[in-house]
Amino acid sequence: MIKDTPPGGTPAIELRGAGKVFRTPSGAAHTAVRDLDLTVRQGEFVAVVGPTGCGKSTTLTLVSGLEEPTEGEVLIGGRPVDGIHPGVGFVFQQDAVFPWRTVLSNVMAGPRFRGVPKAEARQRARDWLRRVGLAAFADRYPHQLSGGQRKRVALAQTFVNDPAILLMDEPFSALDVQTRALMSDELLELWGGARDGRSPASVVFVTHDLEEAIALADRVVVMTAGPATVKEVFPIALPRPRRVESVRLEARFIEIYREIWSALGEEVRITRERGAGHVA
Amino acid sequence: MSPDSVTAPAVRQPSAGGRTAARVRAARNRRLLVLAARVLLLAGLLVAWEVLARTEVIDSFNFSMPSKIWDQLRQWTMHGTAQGSLGEQIWVTLQEALQGWVIGVAAGVALGIAFGRMPFLAEVVGPFIKVLNALPRIVLAPIFLLWFGLGSASKVASAVVLVFFPVFFNAFQGAREVDRNLVANARVLGASNRKVTLQVVIPSATSWIFTSLHVSFGFALIGAIVGEYLGASKGLGLLVYTAQANFNPAGVYAGMAILAAVALMAEGLLTLVEKRLFRWKSQHSDRSS
Repeated sequence: MIKDTPPGGTPAIELRGAGKVFRTPSGAAHTAVRDLDLTVRQGEFVAVVGPTGCGKSTTLTLVSGLEEPTEGEVLIGGRPVDGIHPGVGFVFQQDAVFPWRTVLSNVMAGPRFRGVPKAEARQRARDWLRRVGLAAFADRYPHQLSGGQRKRVALAQTFVNDPAILLMDEPFSALDVQTRALMSDELLELWGGARDGRSPASVVFVTHDLEEAIALADRVVVMTAGPATVKEVFPIALPRPRRVESVRLEARFIEIYREIWSALGEEVRITRERGAGHVA
Repeated sequence: MSPDSVTAPAVRQPSAGGRTAARVRAARNRRLLVLAARVLLLAGLLVAWEVLARTEVIDSFNFSMPSKIWDQLRQWTMHGTAQGSLGEQIWVTLQEALQGWVIGVAAGVALGIAFGRMPFLAEVVGPFIKVLNALPRIVLAPIFLLWFGLGSASKVASAVVLVFFPVFFNAFQGAREVDRNLVANARVLGASNRKVTLQVVIPSATSWIFTSLHVSFGFALIGAIVGEYLGASKGLGLLVYTAQANFNPAGVYAGMAILAAVALMAEGLLTLVEKRLFRWKSQHSDRSS
């Protein structure tokens, strides 16, 4: 693999000393992330793991342009992020499909917002519904679908915009274990086949599930307990294509897991002790 | 798929069908029973009223009696009222209430959404709106009579001020309580601010707005009636006023009965529209699965 020298040489995403301080309603300052240095190469799948509530999600909102950093810089394709970048797709943790639109209309939303003519948007949406296996559900409303199906709608809704950068915020955490494994496989498949001919989207996938992170990613970034910053980065040298259910049984996988857990476990412990301190 | 259709085949096949039929029958019987009890209750009340009034247990002048009210209604329907036909009176009042309602709702929704989307504006104007809301708005009706005269405009105006505030506050609240995830999702998908307002904020505020529409049509009727009561040449309010001035309690009660029927019909229409508009909502309000 010659991932170190991607075409053009510019990394897809770059965070340089980025930090974000929020004002809490009571007026106090809350540092969500600090001194964040992270580079995502073009077509690379990066998973970010860290203790719950450490500020992983903030990293994504900074990259997406939904929030501005209070310190440092965030670059997409070498340019500073200024507002929402059109090449970005975002899959949210909670259900974010529009409940008053049908499944088809939900998937059409992105292209329609971007001024694509209705007929073309419908055609593209139908194509993506077929790819996520929901062609027969086009006329349903989200409340008539299962949690896994709604997540597929969300994936189709994001992929239909053909994003070069895909940000995912614990997208499968609300699903049951079997559905989650299934969706991970589907995600890898969609990701691999999404941008036919061109290099796949660069992905930042936030999760607190280390197994999921290793199974999916090219690199796993471990964050510290909040305020979060990068603690360590681990390359995942597992061959692709991967099947989530089988790859995690491999000896190499378990070895990597143990190695990363030694770094992550410590941060989880710190977070837990702090939580205990709050309670006491 | 409903839970029933999943579990039913798992149980013994033959009895499952019979049981479903039995359940349907039981539900229908219950509906009939409730309906019968309602009719009985109404009939009982009317008969008791009539008997109590005829035996002079209650003052028949103050409370009138159902038979007199019925006679009054018949007389109005057959021979018209002193101000013209009964249909015309209903139509005049309904028109004033409808006009006031439409204007009040349009203004309330537009301003409510606008303020909900523009926090600065909301902060500046907030105290003024609170003062206006604290004012018992029915006292504005005489002022409108001075401003707009005896015609329908003064009635429409009092209906508008009564309708505006509940609709405005609900639209405002609805716009502010939009799921932030939905807004963020729409923005990332490429929606401009205008499109976020039109295609995310307004649809998700509609259930809030509809709650206020139900109440506010009643308010519109109140506005129109009070306006007519204070001075008009036509309308149900005037009809009631004339009956009262002529010491005719049956006329007052008959006017009330007509108003109740009009309000109920409007409510029914609104529910019908709501059902069509909210097809996307779950019927059983269970969002998990």
